Amino acid sequence: MAFLKSILISALIAGFVAGAALTGLQTLKVYPLIFAAEEIENAGGATAAHDHGDAKHHSGDATSDQGAVHSHDDEAWMPADGAERLLYSLLSNVLLGIALGLILAAIFALRHVATWRQGVVWGLAGFIAVNLAPALGLPPELPGMPAGALLARQTWWLSTALFTAGGIAMVFLCHGVIWRVAGVAVIALPHIYGAPHPVNLESAVPATLAADFTAASLATNLVFWTILGLLTAEAMARVSRGSESEIA
Amino acid sequence: MAQTGIAKHTDTSQARTAQVMQAGLAALLGLALFIGVALSHPAAVHNAAHDSRHGIAVPCH
Repeated sequence: MAFLKSILISALIAGFVAGAALTGLQTLKVYPLIFAAEEIENAGGATAAHDHGDAKHHSGDATSDQGAVHSHDDEAWMPADGAERLLYSLLSNVLLGIALGLILAAIFALRHVATWRQGVVWGLAGFIAVNLAPALGLPPELPGMPAGALLARQTWWLSTALFTAGGIAMVFLCHGVIWRVAGVAVIALPHIYGAPHPVNLESAVPATLAADFTAASLATNLVFWTILGLLTAEAMARVSRGSESEIA
Repeated sequence: MAQTGIAKHTDTSQARTAQVMQAGLAALLGLALFIGVALSHPAAVHNAAHDSRHGIAVPCH
């Protein structure tokens, strides 16, 4: 069980720090842009753009009932603006850090990754799989931007992340040209299939704001993954050194 | 000697299987936690994780 324990402890430490760092970085540009977009949305920009009505920015197809839950749903609980909202973002980011840290730590434990440099490389691969590749089809969204059905986009997003991670593993961890070619094909597959897009592309959110947000989101996530990979590897090395010296 | 070798080999391969199982469990736990925070639909979870979801660029609305 020392094996599992080292994975859990490393993921907890690295996830907490990386999630907290991500929250700090997001307060600089990501959150202000989200708030600005929400202001435009709440000012009635959506009605000027098209007939969203009460459904706001949901598409009107069959799966949109899944997407009916969002921050502007008056009946559902939501954190109050200000410190409470920031606190829940911090909590969410820490949990996401731990979640992704668990996956990295599991891989590190099996592959004996124990230096921070290797950790950073793995972190960069995580960034490509989880943020960069899905962003090619579904660019980071601001509230109020037009989008296709939620469930379809979530499915495409998760599939693309998993396919890209699998493809990267096939290219770098398998031996033989066939695996490498197949890996590239697996990475390309979700993009050939195509991401679900909305029919109407009109948006009340200015394009400059959206472009700003895309860059800010990708840059902050890159730093997050670098820290997460680095710290997970470092923590794994220290935890396993510690348990070895306990046995000895 | 040969038998000890085989026994040792079985031991290490069993230990490896146990390690793979534990790592797989941890990775699945991570995936489930990620989906819960980033993609799950309950309104309260969505609202709590709203800015975080936009920040990491998962489909949110």
